[in-house]
Parts: sequence; structure tokens; C-alpha cells
Amino acid sequence: MTTTTAPRFNLFWFSSPQTFFPLAGRLIPWFIGLAVILTLIGLYISFAVAPTDATQGESYRIIFIHVPAAWMSMFLYVVMAFWAAMGLAFNTRLSSMMATAIAPTGALMTFLALWTGALWGRPTWGAYWVWDARLTSELILLFLYLGFIALQAAIDDRRRADKAGAVLAIIGVINVPIIYFSVKWWNTLHQGASVSVKGSSMATTMLWGMLIMALAFWMYSIAAVLYRVRTLILEREKRADWVRELAAQGRLK
Amino acid sequence: MTWGGWDAFWSMGGYGLYVWGSYAMVVAVVAIEIWQLKSRRRAADNEVKRESARARSTA
Repeated sequence: MTTTTAPRFNLFWFSSPQTFFPLAGRLIPWFIGLAVILTLIGLYISFAVAPTDATQGESYRIIFIHVPAAWMSMFLYVVMAFWAAMGLAFNTRLSSMMATAIAPTGALMTFLALWTGALWGRPTWGAYWVWDARLTSELILLFLYLGFIALQAAIDDRRRADKAGAVLAIIGVINVPIIYFSVKWWNTLHQGASVSVKGSSMATTMLWGMLIMALAFWMYSIAAVLYRVRTLILEREKRADWVRELAAQGRLK
Repeated sequence: MTWGGWDAFWSMGGYGLYVWGSYAMVVAVVAIEIWQLKSRRRAADNEVKRESARARSTA
């Protein structure tokens, strides 16, 4: 027996740019709002509640942006590679656009992790930069993001650009566990993880400041990626009937 | 945490340059990304308008 009614819930339903465009548009203000509120709370804890560190003094306060940026840089890469792989496997247009939309924000987070790390390294280690495993693998992550962006920009044919980018993104995933475990696998200047499944080695208020700032960075990243993917949808589907209809009705916002 | 005045807050125990240099870069980079996101979106909107106008004129 065959049925003509569509299933009530189907993940592929959202994989159509036409249905995702308005959905993303409705979600963005919520993520912006959450990002702003969490940033305000996070900064308050980071500067008004968290105490001075016993060994590092006030320089440790860089942690409240350094760790969130570093976490997001790795997490966004995995999500980018996931969507790139989905695009490669199922040929869904939106998946590849998601990967393309994540790359600039991921590169931004990686740059911030390196920059804040350098400014933290100088007072604590006496050097802005050392060629150590953690720092070097994070720098490679930045090059992977920039390579992905440059490769996609260099290929005119969209489908080929998506495929080539996907292959690069998937191969590069190997670098993420290398970054994460580098402080265990090699002797490095960089300190080990302060937070693990077993618990945390930090003062409670410091930990809360860091976690709330990490959530704020997360919400910001989601908002930025959704905003960018909507622009990509418009760029790629500008000749589609649904885009013209929305534009004619003035409902493109 | 009590700072005992704005001077102490801005100097961050002598690490002001490093701490504020970090936070300022976050603000700068985020501002650039938001500006870039908006200008690219504006360009896409204009492109859609041009496409619709062309479709109407040839229809």
C-alpha cells in the first residue's frame, strides 16, 4: 500500500533552502539576544566576581575569551566538516552552503584563540609564540579554514567548489583531535585541560565565567552562521521562483 | 572581587595591555564580521531585486 501523505517529521524537509530560509530568519534574533545576555553575565562574572589568580595575577582573565574561542574554533571545524560530508554524500544544496557559511566564523574564532593566546603567553611564558604542539596545530587549523575558503573561491563551478572544499574539510578533521590531545601527547608549554569529564581544576566562579562566555560565543556563532547561510541561499537561488515571490511580497527580511 | 577604583581596573595589576589587547581584538573582529555579513547581505538583496526586475521585463 502506498500513502500520499508526507511524513510529519522529516529532516530532509529542512534541507530545502526554501523552507530553511524563513526558519533561520526567525531563529537569528533569539540567538543574538541570548549572545548579548550571556556576554553581559559572563563579563560581569569575569571582571566583577572571579577573584585574582594566585599565580598569574590578573593576566589570567584572558581565559574568559581564550578558551571559548579555542573551543569554538575546533567545534565549528567539526560541524563544518560534517555538513561538507553530508553535502558530498546526499548532494543536498543546503548542507554545502552550511559548510561554506561556517568557515569564516571558524577562521575568526581560530584567529582569536591564537591572538589571545599570544597575549597571554607573553606575560606567563615570556614569549608571544613558541613552536609547540598545541600552538602549531591550532595554527594549522587556521590554515585549513583559510585553505577551505580560498579553494571554494578559486573554483567557478559551485558544485565542484563544494566537492573540493568538502574533501579538504574532511581530511582536515584529523587535526582536531591532534589539537585537543596535543597537551597530553607531547611535552608542551601549554597547560593541560582545566575542564574534563572528571571535573575542573579551577575556582568555581572562574569556571562559571568561562562556561557562560563559551555559551555566549556559541550563540554568536550560530547567529552569524545562520545570517551568512541566508545570504548564500539568496546568492545561489536568486533566480528561483520562491525568492522572486518573497521579494515581490517584500518578505525577504 | 573589589578593584578599588577605575585606575586599578584598567591597569589589571600591570597586565592591562595584554588583557585589554585581547578583549579589544575580540570586539574589533566581531565588529568586522558583522559589518561584512551585512554588506554581503545588502549586495545579495540588490542582486535579487535586479533579477526580479529583469524577469518582469522579459516576461
